[in-house]
Amino acid sequence: MKFSNKKATALAALAVSAALVLSACGGGSDSDGGGSGGGGGDLSVTFLPKNLGNPYFDTSDKGGKAAVEEFGGKFSEVGPQEATPDGQVPFINTAAQQGIGALVVSANDPKAIGDALNEARDAGTKVVTFDSDTDPEYRDLFINQASAEGIAKVQVKMIAEQIGDAGDIAILSAAANATNQNEWIDLMKKEIAASHPNIKVVDTVYGDDDDQASFDKTSALLQKYPNLKGIVSPTTVGIAAAARYVSDSDFKGKVKVTGLGTPNQMREYVENGTVDAFALWNPEDLGYLAAFAAKALVDGDITGKEGDTFTAGKLGDYTVGADSTVLLGDPFEFTKDNIGDFDF
Amino acid sequence: MTTTDTPRAQADRTYPSYAKALWQRVLLTREFAVIALLLIVFFYSRSEIPNFDGPLTIYYLLLDVAPILLIALPMTLVIITGEIDLSVASVVGLSSVLVGDLHQGGMSIPMAALVAILVGVLCGAFNGFLVAYVGLPSLAVTIGTLALYRGLAVGLLGTTAITDFPEKWTDLAKDRIGDSSYPVIVIPILVLVILFVLLLHFTPFGRGVFDIGLNDEAAHFSGVNVARTKFWLFVMAGAVSAFAGIYFTLRFGSSRGDNATGMELQVIAAVLLGGVSIFGGRGALHGVLAGVLLIGVLQSALRLDDVSANVINIIIGILLIASVMSTSFLTFVARTTAGMKRRASDGSPERRQRQASAHHEGNNS
Repeated sequence: MKFSNKKATALAALAVSAALVLSACGGGSDSDGGGSGGGGGDLSVTFLPKNLGNPYFDTSDKGGKAAVEEFGGKFSEVGPQEATPDGQVPFINTAAQQGIGALVVSANDPKAIGDALNEARDAGTKVVTFDSDTDPEYRDLFINQASAEGIAKVQVKMIAEQIGDAGDIAILSAAANATNQNEWIDLMKKEIAASHPNIKVVDTVYGDDDDQASFDKTSALLQKYPNLKGIVSPTTVGIAAAARYVSDSDFKGKVKVTGLGTPNQMREYVENGTVDAFALWNPEDLGYLAAFAAKALVDGDITGKEGDTFTAGKLGDYTVGADSTVLLGDPFEFTKDNIGDFDF
Repeated sequence: MTTTDTPRAQADRTYPSYAKALWQRVLLTREFAVIALLLIVFFYSRSEIPNFDGPLTIYYLLLDVAPILLIALPMTLVIITGEIDLSVASVVGLSSVLVGDLHQGGMSIPMAALVAILVGVLCGAFNGFLVAYVGLPSLAVTIGTLALYRGLAVGLLGTTAITDFPEKWTDLAKDRIGDSSYPVIVIPILVLVILFVLLLHFTPFGRGVFDIGLNDEAAHFSGVNVARTKFWLFVMAGAVSAFAGIYFTLRFGSSRGDNATGMELQVIAAVLLGGVSIFGGRGALHGVLAGVLLIGVLQSALRLDDVSANVINIIIGILLIASVMSTSFLTFVARTTAGMKRRASDGSPERRQRQASAHHEGNNS
């Protein structure tokens, strides 16, 4: 008697947990059913960022959502908690199962998620990459946030304006072997040699994208080169650390800090006058453009070949370049006047 | 309650769980409760979740759970002995890095895989040596080797990834059996499942595994070689984890030091959900298989329903707590009803003893 009671209670307890899980499922599918009612099958666009809970991708997804709502599709955002390729694959698989119209993805690896993307494409889903590309054979289109030339050019332009086009500057980079940063630094040096003969790059130091290391390197630079007029940091960690050091030191106002940064990290230093301007692309526009590109692909307006053109709502007309790539445009300069409009 | 009171009481006294009819012993267990839950969730999802009944669901689901399913097999045995192996995911990572690194260095995939499995065996043997022969607690040892093996993996490859694998092998990891929706990885899984079921439930070695979990001193005096048994279980865990690492690498076409980070917790969660007692001595492989598949089906269905990853984790966490709690809750219920019955009954010494042994079983020693 006693034992059958025990087993019966076991079943009851598990049935309770089953009910709990099922009600959770049920709740989800109800709200889902309501959302997909008007969207139709083909215009569902899913954003798959590198990971969730990242303010940068929150901002780009916001742009994507605005665009999808503008053209009347169904938007959803999914993603892993850790930025790893194996974390992204199940979500790509899910997109293939759902047969959604388009998947907009920032790849955690250029090759590892490729097979999964191709399986989704076989199932009829258009794949657009943004922010971080895969190899070209795995996607229909890549939305490039900025070209290396554009990034190098805007940084040289900003520092030249801020120091009066003459004097010593230094570069505070990320890791010594960071591919992106090294390419930009080379292009910046060429640009300076070609168009700004009075500016001299006296040193390039590496803060390894570590806040404390970048802070210490800034301190060392300023002691070693007392005549330094500006620091360019083409990395978000570096520019924030450099600005923090300069902002609290006697060099404030004498040494200009600029480079690539995010508004939330730099707001304080822009408002207190340490930094006049810094640059980055606008992730909201990036997401917006990616969503419109996805729509153009789903509608068959473009196929992703060079020379195709499409209209991206308020951003205007875009042309597909080589390797099925669309360039967002020149980097965006953040100054005291516009920084209040951004939160990422 | 029944007509044959005297023989039943006798059997009850020594083997309480053999006192009931066969169908009751087989069906009214935690394992079958998990299987029932799996079926309920599966058929509910098929009818209610859009696209869950599509042709790709089973295929992707099995690809996703394969590494967890593989590692859960030796992990079940390890946990039944009352030990734990937290280093399995790090062995997956190390094996993944070795396959990538050796292949890049010019070795063929089968050779690299063989080396990776040998290294997995060594990793497991190191854990097993420290736990079984040095006598250190497995929790502490495998927390240490979790860091150690992961450190070796990341150290070998740095933060880069190797993604250059021959199509032949990456395709094999994702290939289907004929035109069915079952991937070929199901074949080695089935072979290993059969081997582990035979080992745990039908051999003296398997009886020893349960005995150690219930009371390793008593197991020792009844002729079980406790140290050797534990040692080989850790070796098996290492070897199977390394095999899972090779599959993981080829399926995702990516060899990275941080591959499968945190997977040990998914494996242990699935094993416990499948009705294995964390205190040892209790558990069965059919429950564990159902536990792994239940988590897989839930993840797949919730993802299809656009539920975000953290909500999925919350639901699986609640399910796990509910399933672990149900055991304690049952013990509590059994004790209360037993207490009430004792007050009502004659209180003969034989009966009291029987209740005491039942409590012992309920508490999992």
